[in-house]
Amino acid sequence: MRLLQGLLFCILASLAVPGVAQEAETRIGAGDTPFLMRSTTDIEIIRPTIERFAALNPDLAITYEQWGSNDLFDISRTECRADGAQADAIFSSAVQQMVWLVNAACAHPYVSPMTQALPDNRRWRNELWGITTEPAVIAYNRALLSIEEVPRDRFAFLDAMRANPDLYRNRIATYDIAESGLGYLFAHSDSLEATTFGALLEGFARVDAVATCCSAQIINSVAEGRYLIAYNVLGSYVLNMNLPEVGMILPEDYTLILSRGLMIPKGARQKDAAGRLVDFLLTDEAQRILQRAGLVIGTEPAEIGLATSARRNIPLSPALLVAKDMNRRKLMLRFWSDTFIRPEMP
Amino acid sequence: MADPQIGRSLTTRVLVTVLLILVFGGCLVATSTWWNGRQAARQSYDRILLGAANEIAGSILLDRSAPLVDLPVSAFELLAQAPEDRIYYAVIGPGGQLITGLDEDLVITPPGRSGDAIRFFDAALDGEPARFVGVTRRFVEREFSGPVQVIVGQTLNARQAMTRSLMIDALWPMALAGIALLCIAFLVLRSALRPLGELADNLSRRDPYDLTAMPTQKLPGELQIMLGAMNRFMGRLDAQVQAMRNLISDTAHQLRTPVAAIQVHTDTALSEPDTEGRDRALARLQTRTRSLGNLLEQLLSRALVIHRAESIPRTTVDLREVALDVVDREDHLVLAPDAVIRLDIRDVPVPVRGDAFSLGEAVRNLLGNALRHGKQPIVVGAAQRGSEAVLWIEDSGTGPEPAVLKRLGDRFNRSTSSGEQSTGIGLSIVSSVAEAFDGRIEMTTEGGGFRVSLIFPAEES
Repeated sequence: MRLLQGLLFCILASLAVPGVAQEAETRIGAGDTPFLMRSTTDIEIIRPTIERFAALNPDLAITYEQWGSNDLFDISRTECRADGAQADAIFSSAVQQMVWLVNAACAHPYVSPMTQALPDNRRWRNELWGITTEPAVIAYNRALLSIEEVPRDRFAFLDAMRANPDLYRNRIATYDIAESGLGYLFAHSDSLEATTFGALLEGFARVDAVATCCSAQIINSVAEGRYLIAYNVLGSYVLNMNLPEVGMILPEDYTLILSRGLMIPKGARQKDAAGRLVDFLLTDEAQRILQRAGLVIGTEPAEIGLATSARRNIPLSPALLVAKDMNRRKLMLRFWSDTFIRPEMP
Repeated sequence: MADPQIGRSLTTRVLVTVLLILVFGGCLVATSTWWNGRQAARQSYDRILLGAANEIAGSILLDRSAPLVDLPVSAFELLAQAPEDRIYYAVIGPGGQLITGLDEDLVITPPGRSGDAIRFFDAALDGEPARFVGVTRRFVEREFSGPVQVIVGQTLNARQAMTRSLMIDALWPMALAGIALLCIAFLVLRSALRPLGELADNLSRRDPYDLTAMPTQKLPGELQIMLGAMNRFMGRLDAQVQAMRNLISDTAHQLRTPVAAIQVHTDTALSEPDTEGRDRALARLQTRTRSLGNLLEQLLSRALVIHRAESIPRTTVDLREVALDVVDREDHLVLAPDAVIRLDIRDVPVPVRGDAFSLGEAVRNLLGNALRHGKQPIVVGAAQRGSEAVLWIEDSGTGPEPAVLKRLGDRFNRSTSSGEQSTGIGLSIVSSVAEAFDGRIEMTTEGGGFRVSLIFPAEES
């Protein structure tokens, strides 16, 4: 009966949202137990980690689906409401959406010594865990900007824009927060973190900064010299693209650190295996693999040139619900669009 | 050895009772602290809820004649004081339309209708019980007017945790106190029951033939009473056993000689060839037999007196009636047919606690002695002297010699002058009776003659 229901739901779900589907899908492991992981992380970036997990758990046949964050949120919410979760683990960088799902009682709790060892800001209700630590960085073109010219913190950045408005005009990029959930989350966190946010937006306005989409495009454009500086791009993308022209600065006043959230949907069939996945991802071994993939920054300040006191983890807490509020978003977007011009589409 | 009928020990009974009282009290206290804790948790978290709702209400802007909420993060940080709890919020416009909220598909509103600006209510949040507050902010502006309702809710984990911790904080010292009380009760009980235990040990070690009194010093009053009663009982038993032993030895001792004499006389009578000698022997045999009868009667009377003194409940006896009864029955006429006996009694009763039969036996014996050894006339009297009741017999003689007087009352005090009729038991009966009823014997030689008085404590009227 349950199977029938599930099947029916599958069909209905696929009928109801015909356009919504994963961007890519990979199968890892050849066990008997199917295990579905939905994630916003690029398969190629996380593949070594998942392969290692599959090697340690040969009973699992892991299907890794890569989704856009909004689509992933929509399908997760729909499945939660219908009590027909398909996924056994959901792993998303849009942590405000993850917090929303947990707050809507869509998650299954799991407690282990590994999860207990997580700091409070990377764990909520024993239902959501921050697996990665990825800084929001300032990316710059090494050829066009010397290391001395690159602003080391936001004050220097403001000063630079004031001092050389013509140099930077049209050549500063950041995520378009209307398009990018991640960009919105960073902007939201910036607005909470410091008063520099307002000044920064004014500065961006003055030099006609560009709000655009997608990490890869922005970083490529920096490499090409189209932009001198990209503000608040995710450091893991910069590291992964590994372009020699692109340098990376972790702002010294404060650096936002994003922890991608993993949750076990309350209807997951393989809750046990999902718990094992959580524990595995938090082991030193998995963290080292993730660090090689750029998803985890080192813990030593010397290693990354960032004082521990300057790290600002985006905390997994109900306060992130504000980042999902529609009025708040409306106000933020209005403020944002008053400031930025959009790049002319080629 | 273990008797299935045996009840639980006193210690167990008392400790179980104390435990029950403590458990009952503990339940009451636990319920009360739980309730108090719940109230405290409810109040403090309701305040947080209200604070968050007020902050959200304060952040409502009017934007082109429509309300818009610049949701404050601080409100959520306030709600995150309950870190494990899920949150609900919604801002609802005058027409019931959602201005903003957690979820457009889930609108929770206060039950019923009320004009209150602040309303707390309980409802379910995604199937989990939760507490909500509704705060109404009224706008009266040119471009927008009407009430805007802010609803903030939270699940109850933190409240329950706080209730629990408040309760546990309040309860564990009480639990310790309860355990301490139980220990103290046990120690107190053990020390209080120690004399009882010693008594039990003493009793179980005791030889069943040992009828001596148990020591009662240093025992608590309740046990003194119990043990006193037991000692009295054992004393009586001892006295009866003693009396029986005496009776048997007395009887054996007393009967051996007369029975031997009767045998000798019978043999003599049988071997006497002539009638005259046989008659003489028969006459001696008759005297001996009568004397033996007399002796038996006395022995039995004494045994009876001692037995009665031990076993018959005492009643109020008027000594005048005892005296009257003895004189009226005229038993003495057998002994001295021409005796003159006077009765000296007044109108005032002379009550004592005792046994009329035993007292009568004593008087009869004294009268017999007076008739045998004293001089007539003889007076039998009874009177009350202060707190004492006196029953006396007086003859007109000078009384026995001092040497005899000293040994009077001993059993079988038979002197050479006692004669065939005397058994030597009479006075011992008297002294037994006196002893049995807490009295004493007084012998006085006054102007008129020799008086023997039985003096008892008079019964209070």
